Formats: sequence, C-alpha cells, structure tokens
Amino acid sequence: MAIASAGFRELRLDRMSRNFGAHNALKEISLTVQRGEFIALLGPSGCGKSTALNCLAGLLSLSDGAIWLDDRRIDTLKSEERGFGMVFQNYALFPHMDVRRNVGFGLRMHGISTAETARRVDEALNVVRLGSQQAKLPGQLSGGQQQRVAIARAIAVEPPLVLMDEPLSNLDAKLRLEMRAEIRRIHRLLGSATIYVTHDQDEALSLADRIVVLRDGEVRQIGTPQELYRRPINADVAEFMGFRNAFSGQVVRREGAEVEVDCGFAGPVRGQSVDVAGMGPVTITIRPADLTPATDGPFNAEVTGMEYRGEAYFGTATGPAGQELFFRTEMPLSVGEAVRLGAPADRTLVYPKGSGQ
Amino acid sequence: MTPASSTTSPARPRRRTLADRGFDSVTLLLVPAALFVIVVFVYPFLFGLFLSFVPKEGGLFGNYIRFFSDPYMYGTIWLTLRLALPVTLLNIALSVPIAMQVRHLRRQRLLTTILVLPITLGTVLVAEGLLNYLGPQGWLNRTMILIGLIDRPIRLIQNYWGVFISLVITGFPFTFLLTLSMISGIDPALEQAAATLGARARNRFWHIVLPLIIPGLAVTFCLAFVDAFSVFPSAVLLGAPAGETRVISFAAAQAAFEQYDYSYASAIAMIMAVVQFGFVGAVLAVRGLFYKGPAGGGKG
Repeated sequence: MAIASAGFRELRLDRMSRNFGAHNALKEISLTVQRGEFIALLGPSGCGKSTALNCLAGLLSLSDGAIWLDDRRIDTLKSEERGFGMVFQNYALFPHMDVRRNVGFGLRMHGISTAETARRVDEALNVVRLGSQQAKLPGQLSGGQQQRVAIARAIAVEPPLVLMDEPLSNLDAKLRLEMRAEIRRIHRLLGSATIYVTHDQDEALSLADRIVVLRDGEVRQIGTPQELYRRPINADVAEFMGFRNAFSGQVVRREGAEVEVDCGFAGPVRGQSVDVAGMGPVTITIRPADLTPATDGPFNAEVTGMEYRGEAYFGTATGPAGQELFFRTEMPLSVGEAVRLGAPADRTLVYPKGSGQ
Repeated sequence: MTPASSTTSPARPRRRTLADRGFDSVTLLLVPAALFVIVVFVYPFLFGLFLSFVPKEGGLFGNYIRFFSDPYMYGTIWLTLRLALPVTLLNIALSVPIAMQVRHLRRQRLLTTILVLPITLGTVLVAEGLLNYLGPQGWLNRTMILIGLIDRPIRLIQNYWGVFISLVITGFPFTFLLTLSMISGIDPALEQAAATLGARARNRFWHIVLPLIIPGLAVTFCLAFVDAFSVFPSAVLLGAPAGETRVISFAAAQAAFEQYDYSYASAIAMIMAVVQFGFVGAVLAVRGLFYKGPAGGGKG
C-alpha cells in the first residue's frame, strides 16, 4: 500500500496548558509520542481530553507551554498549517460533497494534481474498504460507513499524526468492536502516530500502546495497558480502571509489600501495598470480578442487589458501616441474605489515603 | 378494502370515513385561515385579474397593449429593476461577511435588537428621517464638508441614491437576520475539519460555508427582491417620482388614484406580479441545482 504517513521522529508536548477564563482545563501536560505509537487519552468527561486534542489539532490555542514536532515548534501554527489528520466525534463530513470529494478535499487544498488526488483517494478508500460507495452523499451512508469516510479523509493527506476524538461513541456495540480492529489495522498500515481520545477503558486497553490517564486537566498516569490494568498508580486511577470497591482503613501489620488493613469489617484485609509508607490511613481497592463469596472472607455484608451478566452474577452489598460492595458470584444470592466476601491478596491494592488528590 | 371489514361484512366494503382520509374536527380549525386567505388575498387577486381584462377602451388586452406601447409606462419596469436588483444583491453581499463575523459574538442579542429597529419603524418613518439626514443641510453633508471630504453638499435625496440608501437601510436587517441564522446553523466542526485538512479561511468559506448557504440565500434573495421591487413610500418621499425613481408601483398608484382607472391600475399590478414571479421562479430553479439537505456533519 502506497499510502503512508509523513516521516517524523517524535512529537513532544512540553507543559501544554489551556485556560478558559479562570478554569484550567489543561494543566502542564507533558508527553513524548514516538512515530508509530498509538496513544490513548483516557479520562471521564470533562477531564480535558478533548481540549488536549483540539490544542494538538490547532483548533484551540495554548495558554502556556509548547508543542514540538522534532525540532519544529508547531503550537504557533494554524490548524491548516500543521497537516495533522483529525477524525471528529460526529465525523464532520461535508454534507454537500460525495464520498470521493470528501476524501479528496485535503488533497485539493494542498494543491495536489487531479490525477494524483484521484489515485490517493482510491487508495484511502481501499484502506477503509469503502470502494463501492464513492458517489454517495454522507447523508446516504450508515454510521459505520460515515466513520470510514471520516478516517479515509483524515489519512488521505498522509499526516504524520492522526487525531481521533471518541470516533466510536456514536456506533452500536457490534460495529464498535469491528471498527476498533479496523482502526488498529489502519494505524499499523500507515505507520503514523495516533492519538485517540476516549472515556471507554476497554477501548483504550485494546487499542493503545500507551495510555495517558487524564483527570481534572492533569496527567494522572502514563503507562502500557498492562501496567494500568494491573497496578494503577493511585486510588483515583484505580477507580477509573474498574476498581469499583474502595474502602478506607488503617494498616495493622506489614510484611514486605503485603499489608494487613482494618476496614471495619469482620476481619483484617490483606493486600498489595502501592507506595504505602508506615502505618497510616489507607484506601484499599478491589475489582468486582475479584471479590467473591468465601466462608473465611474478611468482608461481611448484606446483599442488596443481584444482576445476571451471562458468565456470572454480579451483586451489590452493604457493609456494617454502610460501605458499598460490588462482587461476583457463580450462584445467585437473594436480597437481604448475609454474605462473607473475600479477594486474593495479590488482587487487592492498598494506596496511601488521599493519593492522587 | 381493509382486512377488518372483510371479516365483519364480506359482502359490502366498509365506508371510508372522513377521518381515514385525514379529515377530522381538528381540520375545522383551518377554516378561519382559509377564509381569511380567500377573502383578503385570493378574491382581490382574481378580481384584479378580471378587472385588468375589462379596460375603459379597447379589447380584452387593451390595458396591456396600452402599457407596452408607452415607453413612459413600460420604462417603469426597468427603473424598478434598476433599484431592486442592486439593492437586494448589495444587502446579501453585505450580510454574508458581517454574519460570518457576528456569529461568534457574545452580544448577538443587542445587535439583533438594533437591527430589528428599522423594520419596526416602517419605511415611511425611515424615509422621513433620511430626508433630513441626507439633505443638503443634513448631518451627513455637513460632516463631510467639515472634515473636508467635499466642498459642496452632494445631492442624496430626490434622486436614485436617496431611494437606494433607504432601501438598503430597511432591507438589510431582514437579509442579515436570515443570513445569520443560516450561517449559525452550520456545524462548526465542518469548518474545523476543513481547517485540519489544510483549507485556509478563504477556502473554508468558498468550499464549505457558501455551498451550504446558497439555497437559503436564494430564498432570501426572493423575499428581499419582492420587497424591494414593490417599493413605494421611499420612492415617492426620497426619490424623483416623476423621473428616475418612477417605479412601477407608483405608476399603478397614479393610474388608480389620479386617473381613477382601476382597470389599468390592475393591469399594471398584474405586470408587476409577472415580473416578480419571473425572477423568483428563475432563482428558485437555479437553487434546485444545489445541495439542500441539513448542514450538519454527521448522524450524531
């Protein structure tokens, strides 16, 4: 395939900041992206991830900091001078142009000859497997097809960097999985760097080489999907990575990296310390899937709800001090029943209280 | 025949009720509006059409022959077009760039209010005001003399330009507000997408914004043109109704109220309508060639 991204070594964000009035939407984001890397910006809504993407695309100016593409400072350039490809959340296809003209728009704007434009439009449409729909207007296409056109349009100009703003959020579940694989395939094919904004941790885990967790406009953690999934750096990130159970407690015993914590339940809870020093107050976190009924488990609680999810049941329960517990069980329990729950010590993470605040 | 009726009485098809055909008691609410249109619009129009074919002298087409054989009369079509077309085009040409700037403004409401004022004042009041303002002793001339732009008052009333200026002032808010709502209706992501694809502001306008508002501009043109073509008060008050601003509506008024020839006046009104229909029809036909769907960027 002749379509390929323009060459560069690295993209460097240097303390990139953006304020809206008194509100700091982005606080000193620093990140280095290598050519060929797939980066996911992950965070809840309002965390600044779309602002970060718009700053990269040149649609918003920076309040402070700089963006470098190799030795070239690009944050002072206008959007049209940066040459990045962007896929918008609502696709932003030009409604009055057919698929071919949409995909060829960037090439025409760059003054590329008609013959060359036609060739590269064909290639881009081949890459997204949309050869047969080229004469249609965007309004005549399905959501998935529109998505493909948006990607084809962004990659036709062979950008060094492709920016994607929650591109799958408007698609149904099945199509979303399909397009996820497509995006990964296209990324490998181009060899460009991709920065992908999402609030969906599954999407980030399955697509990215590295994930940047943003919260309140700040980078909370940068790491590979494996690192983030197994060992979030603080309780905040852990919560976002699916550790729904979070209890406060006090360290009562230490043994290397393993600590015993009293959380006000029947027994002390054993878990892995993540940067806990001394015997102070801590937060322990456990994924619902790791918390299961066990006769000798430390958590005593009363079942408040039960939900069938195919491979197992997921339940909610209330602890003695009103703590909320989320757990997994093979056999359904009835509401009001008393239950003892436990989790393996290596799946229980213990953070210093207030970490990540 | 519906399946339900065939089971109950196979021999006789069930009568279709009025409600099946879309008539029910709610339809009656249309009656006042329909009556109003018939009494106030359809009947006078048809009456005028009929009247124009019964001239005081001559045959069926006597009035029309009379109009088109008198250069002083058929010349009014040209004189009116000479005002209405440039005014309409200028208003649209001004509205588009201003609306492009204003759409991002925070104080849009204040501006809108200021712009709506000339519409609410009406053409007569505006014409009276301009008569003073643009006159030889008016502020405009005096200011221009004061700053040395001119050394003698220039004549801006009782001629073509007086009417022209007043039509721009009363017509601009209308075209502007329509244009602003069209331009605001374009998804900002479309222009952003065009920018990331390398389109500079100029190209974003020509390739994205303009094609999407052309159909709306065509309708705006029709409405503004019809309005300007039927100009009467300002042509009389600010213009030279005996000479270069002898517009067609003035000719019709003269026929009706000075010569008391209602039949001839009706014929002139019909000719006026045909000219307007001609332009509107042509513009709408061209509009049909453009994309007219929603100006959004996707399904979301």
